[in-house]
Amino acid sequence: MQKHVIEVEDMTVAYEEKPVLWDIDINIPKGVLMAIVGPNGAGKSTLIKAMLNLVKPISGKVLFNGLSYECQRRYIGYVPQRGSVDWDFPTSVLDVVLMGTYGKIGWIKRPGKKEKEKSLDAIKKVGMEEFVDRQISQLSGGQQQRVFLARALVQDADIYFMDEPFQGVDAKTERAIINILKELRLRGKTVIVVHHDLQTVKEYFDWVALLNTKLIQYGKVDEVFTDENLRITYGSTDRVLKGEV
Amino acid sequence: MTPQLEIVIIAVIVSAACSVLGVFLILRKMAMMTDAISHTILLGIVVAFFITESLTSPLLIIGAALVGLLTVYLTEALRRTRLMAEDSSIGIVFPFLFSIAIILITKYAGNIHLDVDSVLLGELVFVPFDRLIVLGRDIGAKSLYVMGTILFIDLLYVILFYKELKLVTFDAALAAVLGFSPIAIHYSLMGLVSITAVGAFEAVGSILVIAFMIGPPVSAYMITDKLRNMLILSTLIGIINSIIGYRLSVIFDVAIAGSIATVIGITFLIVFITAPKRGMLTIINSRRRRKIEYAMASLLLHLCNHENTDREEIESNRHSIYQHLNWSKKFLEKILYKALNLNYITLNNEYLKLTPKGREYAIRCYDDIGYSI
Ligand SMILES: Nc1ncnc2c1ncn2[C@@H]1O[C@H](COP(=O)(O)OP(=O)(O)OP(=O)(O)O)[C@@H](O)[C@H]1O
Ligand SMILES: [Mg+2]
Repeated sequence: MQKHVIEVEDMTVAYEEKPVLWDIDINIPKGVLMAIVGPNGAGKSTLIKAMLNLVKPISGKVLFNGLSYECQRRYIGYVPQRGSVDWDFPTSVLDVVLMGTYGKIGWIKRPGKKEKEKSLDAIKKVGMEEFVDRQISQLSGGQQQRVFLARALVQDADIYFMDEPFQGVDAKTERAIINILKELRLRGKTVIVVHHDLQTVKEYFDWVALLNTKLIQYGKVDEVFTDENLRITYGSTDRVLKGEV
Repeated sequence: MTPQLEIVIIAVIVSAACSVLGVFLILRKMAMMTDAISHTILLGIVVAFFITESLTSPLLIIGAALVGLLTVYLTEALRRTRLMAEDSSIGIVFPFLFSIAIILITKYAGNIHLDVDSVLLGELVFVPFDRLIVLGRDIGAKSLYVMGTILFIDLLYVILFYKELKLVTFDAALAAVLGFSPIAIHYSLMGLVSITAVGAFEAVGSILVIAFMIGPPVSAYMITDKLRNMLILSTLIGIINSIIGYRLSVIFDVAIAGSIATVIGITFLIVFITAPKRGMLTIINSRRRRKIEYAMASLLLHLCNHENTDREEIESNRHSIYQHLNWSKKFLEKILYKALNLNYITLNNEYLKLTPKGREYAIRCYDDIGYSI
């Protein structure tokens, strides 16, 4: 058994000339709930995308359970930023959640009864059973986020990547989501979450990575989530400490 | 088969082929790209013609498909530089490739029937003259078979890869993560669009190709919010439009392509105004209804808030209440009339009083609003 589920080695990513991520090395153990925090434009989304092979790094590699991404694809779940899709797309809540099952179904074949039941279960789990047939453009931001979460749940992955699942949701939805994430961790899943609210890092997560182009620090929240490290990550100290970021 | 019937059948096949692919073009926000491809494929045809020196070679279709893909690729390459937006890149690539084709035609192919007018407008009337002869027997207009095959491939593609097309169109990143290559889907779709366009434009001209690829899908999008229904509706609208358009062209003795394109435009306009969920009338109506609902709720809440307070007399006087709410007198009358009718309030010498029913409604509205925020 590999000790680390995710190993990132010497990863550098640049869109244009300037690197967005500089020489990142991370080893993430199994079963952690880890936040990636850092200011806007720090490269948090890029880090996730590079790990998932959605953007090509200039250098470095990523291993999942010691193997390449292609071999481990079916164990990996992804929740993109909510704003990355067109919510006017003509489809229903159930349909979007069903998409999470496509990976296991493979090309051409269609989802069947089993997939449908699984999706309905996930929809129930995120508290959206009233909205199963609702057109997705008629959902609030928090409901859209729940749909995305349900879709990730049916992927039945071992490692989850979520880009700002708490963006624009109310306190109630945030609690519902974090409870589900904690439950995933209890079941031995590894969950990596891009997170913006520094106030709740200690309460929600057990691991944290502080990112600002370079990886400032990562590890157990108690050990690395310090004022000193936050100051380095966010540059200006006062604003961070006052919780204005 | 009469030439007239052949013309109608070809128009129907072309419309179905274009409108079914068009659905994905619309959803992928590629309407402009359709415009570009349906013109730039001319370059592929011209170049293939120079190589094969024949206007009937299948190489023409392949050449056209390749230039179609080249159009997509160049546009994306330009956009990736991040120096210009997608529409500007199309604006550069499209005229560039198209004008090369025009120059080649006017310079070197002066006496073949590839003249610019017939490319843009097509000539359905002439389509039945081009026969397919097999073993010395005339088995029908060539376009019929060419477009029939293309339609079959298009339908097969959409049916087989329905799930993949849906996923890639809605969420390309998830598709990639799940192992469905968005690039493969994207380029196969655009390849088919090019092939369909080249097969179609010989018969109907590129303007009608664009009209078929954009018009019916957009109309269908206004009507339904299910992808499958959108595909079916779009195809149906395309077919019906081409039949009506053809009939009208006969009646008024005008160009067939122009007539069909006009019918497509009118159909969209009608759908745009009257569509049940997203049409203009529905939206205006529901806006008005909501305004009245909110006004009613705020009137009742206003009364509810001041019930049994020392300001009740001032706040519930029917002659001054419109000032407190900052409404016009006329608007207040309208809302009052409705509220009285619904039994939400009673009028007690010039003072408005909530009924239990009205109070309940006000409280429910208040809770709903609190919940939805
Ligand atoms: N497709 C792209 N092409 C070029 N540059 C990009 C692209 N995507 C992101 N960038 C740049 O890379 C940097 C990091 O972006 P990224 O989206 O990873 O930041 P982030 O930490 O997720 O920020 P946020 O908190 O705003 O989501 C930014 O400066 C951004 O402008
Ligand atoms: Mg981001």
